[in-house]
Amino acid sequence: MIRNLIQRISALRHASFKGGIRPAPHKQRTLVSRIMPMPLPEYLLLSLSGYKEEHLSPVVKEGDQVFKFQIIAQHHSRKELLLHAPTSGTIEQIGTNHIRLTCDGQDTEVSQQSQQKAKMHSPASLIDCIAKAGIIGLGGAGFSTAAKLRLAARAEVETLIINAAECEPYICCDEALLREKAQEVIRGAEYLMLASGARSCLIAIESDKTDAIAAVRKCLGDSPVQLKLLASKYPAGDERVIIKSTTGKEVPDQLRPADVGIVVQNAGTARAVFEAVTFGQPCISRVVTVAGSPLQTPKNFYALIGTPLSHLFELCGLADNAKHIILGGALMGRYAEEEQPSVKKTTNCIVATDSENFPQPMPERACIRCGYCAEACPVGLLPQQLLHFSRLQDQQELRDHGLMNCIECGACAYVCPSNIPLVQHYRCSKEDIHLLERNQAQSQHWQARYQHYQYRQKKLADANNRKKTRAKAADLAAAPDFSRASAKMEVAAAVARVKAKKQREND
Amino acid sequence: MLPLTDQPLATGLVWALALGCLFWTTRRFWRWLNLERQQQRSLVDLVNRELPQTQCGQCGFAGCRPYARAIAQGEAINKCPPGGEQTIARLSELLQELAEPLDPGHGQSQPPLVAVIREAECIGCTKCIQACPVDAILGGLKFMHTVIAAECTGCDLCVEPCPVDCIDLVPLRQTPRQWRTPAPVAQAGLSATATTSEQRAW
Repeated sequence: MIRNLIQRISALRHASFKGGIRPAPHKQRTLVSRIMPMPLPEYLLLSLSGYKEEHLSPVVKEGDQVFKFQIIAQHHSRKELLLHAPTSGTIEQIGTNHIRLTCDGQDTEVSQQSQQKAKMHSPASLIDCIAKAGIIGLGGAGFSTAAKLRLAARAEVETLIINAAECEPYICCDEALLREKAQEVIRGAEYLMLASGARSCLIAIESDKTDAIAAVRKCLGDSPVQLKLLASKYPAGDERVIIKSTTGKEVPDQLRPADVGIVVQNAGTARAVFEAVTFGQPCISRVVTVAGSPLQTPKNFYALIGTPLSHLFELCGLADNAKHIILGGALMGRYAEEEQPSVKKTTNCIVATDSENFPQPMPERACIRCGYCAEACPVGLLPQQLLHFSRLQDQQELRDHGLMNCIECGACAYVCPSNIPLVQHYRCSKEDIHLLERNQAQSQHWQARYQHYQYRQKKLADANNRKKTRAKAADLAAAPDFSRASAKMEVAAAVARVKAKKQREND
Repeated sequence: MLPLTDQPLATGLVWALALGCLFWTTRRFWRWLNLERQQQRSLVDLVNRELPQTQCGQCGFAGCRPYARAIAQGEAINKCPPGGEQTIARLSELLQELAEPLDPGHGQSQPPLVAVIREAECIGCTKCIQACPVDAILGGLKFMHTVIAAECTGCDLCVEPCPVDCIDLVPLRQTPRQWRTPAPVAQAGLSATATTSEQRAW
């Protein structure tokens, strides 16, 4: 009975991790409204990059008429990387990095035959269906979901974690999704469980998202999916951190989560999987948070992939004091640097910044060794030491101090009282290490080719030499026998000839 | 004969001792020799690993490994233009030598290059194919040649033999993989969203 009690109490406790920070969430203003459907924009800008390092190539031509759900770009070798037309219209322009699609407003679907639902619910057919829908991780990393599931099925994973912990400020698309479509997410999670062969499934939500938790509790019923509450800290939603806090397992930096028997999928991905399996609908839209204080009414949208950000801002009413646009959350995101930024499959949040909430940084000061960064680091590294070595560019020491385990969450830079941009130092050092590794691999390759070249030259030279000696031997063999007597006779004959010639001349 | 012939035991012992000594000395000597050679070889390998392996011969040696062997025997470390300052720094750290600036007599350090054949002008003489140390040129006699850009080290060795001067060395094309994070500066915003220090976690 006591053991039972202990188990119950420990189940009540929220899964947590060491370190982390608690930035102000900035989510309430956005969560006031429901997820809004979006009116069709005039045109869509569909990005061809953003699939890790892969790049898609278009399969349509400029001026083509395309229908909704039609495939318009795919990867040259990996069949699961696809881009479908989110609505019907004309391909107006194909650039190096994007396709511009002018919408005709009809939203005509491609004929039903080409949309394939999963016929039977076997793992292989489910994965096939997910691959045809072109689903990639909608949390932000953009790893192909079908490829991840195949890896997981091969590694025979135990646990599937549905990541709904949105720890970053401003982002609330998964929370809103769970609040309204918890049933679909749970069904999607069940499909994912079946496809990956996992025996248990956890939906991990931060404990302060009460509405979402209530909605999930209501829909769980007798589903095998379990709810797991996380302490609301940043970065609880990082893949490695969420694995550590929910299951206690640590993933070494060289391995994938599948190697320790875990696969993590985003809640948005689970819903996309549900739509792909039940309706045969490819991934053409996603929930996007449009937030930031310059907006009059920040909202979540069901946005089509490729929607220009300006269209979304118009719908929310952008004030004049907006400075920059951040894609992703306020801590891990990046500034939109494109001329015309648009929604990609991995875009979960768009933040408009102003000078009040995002002030100019204070000048950087010297490290005072306060140790706040080490206390905040969620993976237990020593940020000051890493900073020291990364200034010295000592790559061996950086490796020894576990730089490759850094998840670049930025908690250390957030707490730093001296305003040192620690994460940027680590990013640069990581890139240096990767660059050096690549260069060394290439020089090894060149060396191998040069050795092969030398070997071949030597072989050719040897063969030539052998041929020459053999030819010489053959010449010798062909020549008549040499003897002193015959030579004397030849010399005598020659002398006689000369004498005879002279005689003739004299005569 | 030895003076101890009348004592066979002692004679035997002395012989055994002498032979043993000889054997031991030879063995020690042999091991010492091997060790020396091995150290020398591993040093050559270590130095060779730091060289860029373009096999361009700008250092005056026939390839990277001969130069590495020469460095191990005391040659100057600042003769490799493709490696540039970085290679010199790494070599000076490895060999505990002073890092000197690049010797200008062997050429200037350049950004990575790649050879490109102007294919309309190529007459198909195969001379560049024979000169290429990494077999990065493809073609046949009286057929057009072309450079496999991914294998080309940009070593310049194919330019000189070409009778019609149709080979150019151009800077390597930049791809998104070569994009670098800008050097660390205290940047606005991203890490300063809600900057009140009382919100710290612990």
